[in-house]
Amino acid sequence: MSNLSKCKYRGYEADRSKYPEMENGKAVIDLDSHKYTKIWQGPQHPGVTGNMSVELIVNGDEIVHAKTHVGYLHRGFEKLMERRKYIQCFPLVCRICVPEPDTNEYCVSAAMEDLAGITVPEKALWLRTLNLEMSRVASFLMWIGGQAGSLGMGTIGQWTVGMRDFWLDLFEEMTGGRVYHMYMIPGGVRKDLPAGFKEKTRELITRTGKLMDDVDKSFMSNVIVKSRLQGLGIITPEMVDEYGIVGPNARACGRECDIRINNPYVKYDQLDVKMITSTVGDAYARAQIRYQELRQSLDLMSQILDRIPEKGAIQAKMPNLVNWKIPAGQTYIKAESTRGEHGFYMVSDGSEKPRRVFARGASYTHAIAVLEKLAVNISLSDLAALMVSLHTCPPEIER
Amino acid sequence: MNKKHMDEIENQMKLANAGIPEKERDLFADARPVKVDPFNKYYEGFLNWARSRSLWMLAFGTGCGAIELRPLMTSRYDMSRYGIAPRPTPRQASVFIIGGYSSIKTIKRIVRSYEQMQGPKYVIALGSCTINGGMYYDSYNTINRLDYYIPVDVYIAGCMPRPEALIAGFNRLKEKIRAGECEGMNEYTEKFDWYKSNQKQIIKDWNMPDYNW
Amino acid sequence: MEQLIRKIKGMVSLKAYIKQRDDLHFITVKKEQLELILSHLKNNEGFTHLAFLQAVDFIEDGKFQLTYMLCNYETNVNLGVLVLIDRDKAEMNSIHSLWAHAWQYQRELFELYGIDFPGSPRVHESFVLEGWDEIPPMRRDFDTLEYSDQTFYQRPGRSTNDPAEYMKEKMYKNYAASPMIRRDNE
Repeated sequence: MSNLSKCKYRGYEADRSKYPEMENGKAVIDLDSHKYTKIWQGPQHPGVTGNMSVELIVNGDEIVHAKTHVGYLHRGFEKLMERRKYIQCFPLVCRICVPEPDTNEYCVSAAMEDLAGITVPEKALWLRTLNLEMSRVASFLMWIGGQAGSLGMGTIGQWTVGMRDFWLDLFEEMTGGRVYHMYMIPGGVRKDLPAGFKEKTRELITRTGKLMDDVDKSFMSNVIVKSRLQGLGIITPEMVDEYGIVGPNARACGRECDIRINNPYVKYDQLDVKMITSTVGDAYARAQIRYQELRQSLDLMSQILDRIPEKGAIQAKMPNLVNWKIPAGQTYIKAESTRGEHGFYMVSDGSEKPRRVFARGASYTHAIAVLEKLAVNISLSDLAALMVSLHTCPPEIER
Repeated sequence: MNKKHMDEIENQMKLANAGIPEKERDLFADARPVKVDPFNKYYEGFLNWARSRSLWMLAFGTGCGAIELRPLMTSRYDMSRYGIAPRPTPRQASVFIIGGYSSIKTIKRIVRSYEQMQGPKYVIALGSCTINGGMYYDSYNTINRLDYYIPVDVYIAGCMPRPEALIAGFNRLKEKIRAGECEGMNEYTEKFDWYKSNQKQIIKDWNMPDYNW
Repeated sequence: MEQLIRKIKGMVSLKAYIKQRDDLHFITVKKEQLELILSHLKNNEGFTHLAFLQAVDFIEDGKFQLTYMLCNYETNVNLGVLVLIDRDKAEMNSIHSLWAHAWQYQRELFELYGIDFPGSPRVHESFVLEGWDEIPPMRRDFDTLEYSDQTFYQRPGRSTNDPAEYMKEKMYKNYAASPMIRRDNE
C-alpha cells in the first residue's frame, strides 16, 4: 500500500499528505469520516464481466480499496461430477466457461485418455485442433466487443459479436450446437467435417481478416482507446510468478508462456505457432497481444484446414462408455485458452465415476487477487475497462 | 375510503424488516406492495398495446443465458426492431430476463432487483434450469423452480435457447401483455407471504428489507 | 528430473513418487516438511508458478489429500506435491507468504472442504456460499441430491434414468452390456 501515498495517475497527482492515513504500512480507511464512499459495482451492473461484484471504497472517483465477491454462478460442478459417470460429465464441463467451452471438453477428454491409456487417431487430433482454434477466435471476437463496450464504443461490439455469430454457425454445422458443442469425447471426436465445410471456413477467415483490418483502424489505432488503455493496470514481470498470472496477461509483460508452444498438445507441434509478447504490460499491450493472437489463430486455421487428412478414423477403439471404469491414478491436463492456462486435475479411484475433478481456470487469480491489486488507484470509470482487459470469466472462478 | 379505514389497513400491512439492523430500518419502506387494478377496460387495453411495444429489459446476466442476449443485440437478430432495448438499472426496466440457473447467492439479488423494478413488470425465464433445475437438478446451490420465488410470465426451454427462440419468447410475451394476462406483479402482491416464505427458506442470511421499492 | 528427485530425497523423506508423463510428476511428502520443500522448489529449482492448490477427499482412509501443482517455466515440467492430512482435524500450514494468490485457494478449501489454514488472510470469509449451515459441501459424506430434494421444490414430472439401464431397455438392447463399443460397420 506504500504506493498509495504518492499516486500519480495520468499526469494528475493527488494530494495524499492528509489521507489515507497510514498505520503500519496499511491505509486506515474509516468510512464514518465521510472522506470515503463505499460503492458496489455489480452483480447487477453493466460494467462488470459476467455475474460478479466488486466492493469499492472510493475517494472522489479514485478507488482506494477493492474487494471482489464471487460465487453468484456457483453450481457445484465438481460435486456433481463426482455423482456422474465419466461420459455424463461432458454436458457439465462445457458449461464451465461459456464463451469458450471447447477447451474444457479437450482437457477432460485428454485427462480421461491419459488415465486410461488411449491413443487418439491422427485425424481426430487435427479436428480437435481446428475446433480449439475456432473457439479461440470466437472468444477473442467477443472480448474485443467487450473491451470496446467498456470504453463506450458500441459499434465495435456490434461488428465483432455479429461476426462471432457466423463462427457459431460454423460450430453448429460442425458439431450440432451453437454455444455448447460437446464435440470432443474420449477417444476422438463425434463427427467428421460436413461437406463443403473447409470452403466455408476459408471464406469466413477472409471475412474476419477484413473485419480485423477495420478493427485495427477504428479501435486499435483509435486515440481515445490508446489514451484510456495505455498505462492502465500495469502488470510487472515480478507479479507474474507471485500471482500466478498466465496467458496474454503474462505475455504482455514479457513472460514467454504459451502452452501451445511450451507443452504442445494435439497437433500444435506441427503448426507454426509464434510466441507473441510485449514488454509494456498495460491494458493496451494486452489488447494488442489479443488482437495479434486472433490474427494468428486465423492463420493457424488456414494451416490446419490444409493439413486435415481426408481419410482416417475419428475415434479410437473404445470400451463401452456406459460402464467404463478408468484405472486409479491422477493427472493434470492443461491447455491454452484465450485467458491463459486452463487445466483439469482428475483423480480416479478405479470406479465408474471420477473421484475428483478440478477445473483450474485462468480467471481464478486474474479476477480476484490481481484485480484487487490493480484496481487500487485507478479511476472508477476505468474499472470496467480493467476488468475486461484482464479477460475475466466468472463462471470458471466459482464453477 | 375514509381515514379510519386507511389507518387500519396501514397498520395491518406493516412489514417487520427483521433482517436489517434497528437503526437502518427507517431507511427502507415497511409498507407492503399494493395491488394495482385495471383502471378501465378500454384504457387498459390501449396501455397494454403500448407496453407490449416498448419492452425495456434489465441487463443483469444472472447466468449463462446472457451469452445469447448479446447476439440478439447485433444486426443479425436485432431485437431493437421489436422495441426491446437493454437498460442498465432496474428502475428503468420492465422485463427481467433470468438467464438460466440461479444460485442461492444470485436469487437474493434477483429478488431485490425484481422488487426494485417499476410496475408493470414481466419476467422471462431462459433455459431448462429455471423450469425444473435442468442438469443442475441435484446441485446444492441452484434452485429448481423459479416460479416459487418470483412470478414468471414466459419460459423459454432449451439449453441454450437459440436467439430465434428468444425472439419467439418475446413475441409470446407481447401477445400475453396485449391479452392482459401478464399479471405477475399483482400475483406477487397477492401471494406476497407465500413468496417471502419460499425466499426466506433458501436465503439463510436474510440481511435485506422485506420489500424494496 | 531424476536428478531433482534424488536431490529432494536427500532433503526430505519422500513417501512416494509417481511419473505420470514426461512433463508431469507427483511426489508425496510429509505434512511438516511441505513448506521446506515448496520454498526450495520455488527459490532454487525454478518451480515458480503455483497452478493450483486443491484437496481430494479419501473418506475411506480418513484422509484429505492436498495437491500443490507447481510448474517450471524453463523446463516446462509440472510437479504435483501431495500431502495427506487427517480428515477429522483438518488443518494445514498456510503458504500465503510464498505465493500472493495462495490465500484464494485456502479460502475456497476452508469453505468447501472445511480445511483450516491458520494465519491465511481472509480465510474465514465466505467465498461462493452465503449463509451455509450444513457440513462443507465438497466432502464426500455430504449428499447433494438429498439436500436439493429437501431444500428446493421439485417440479413434478421430471424423471432421471441410469444410462446403462435405460440403454438396455430402450435403445441398444444387445450392446449395453458389451465391454466394447460396436458400430454398424463392424
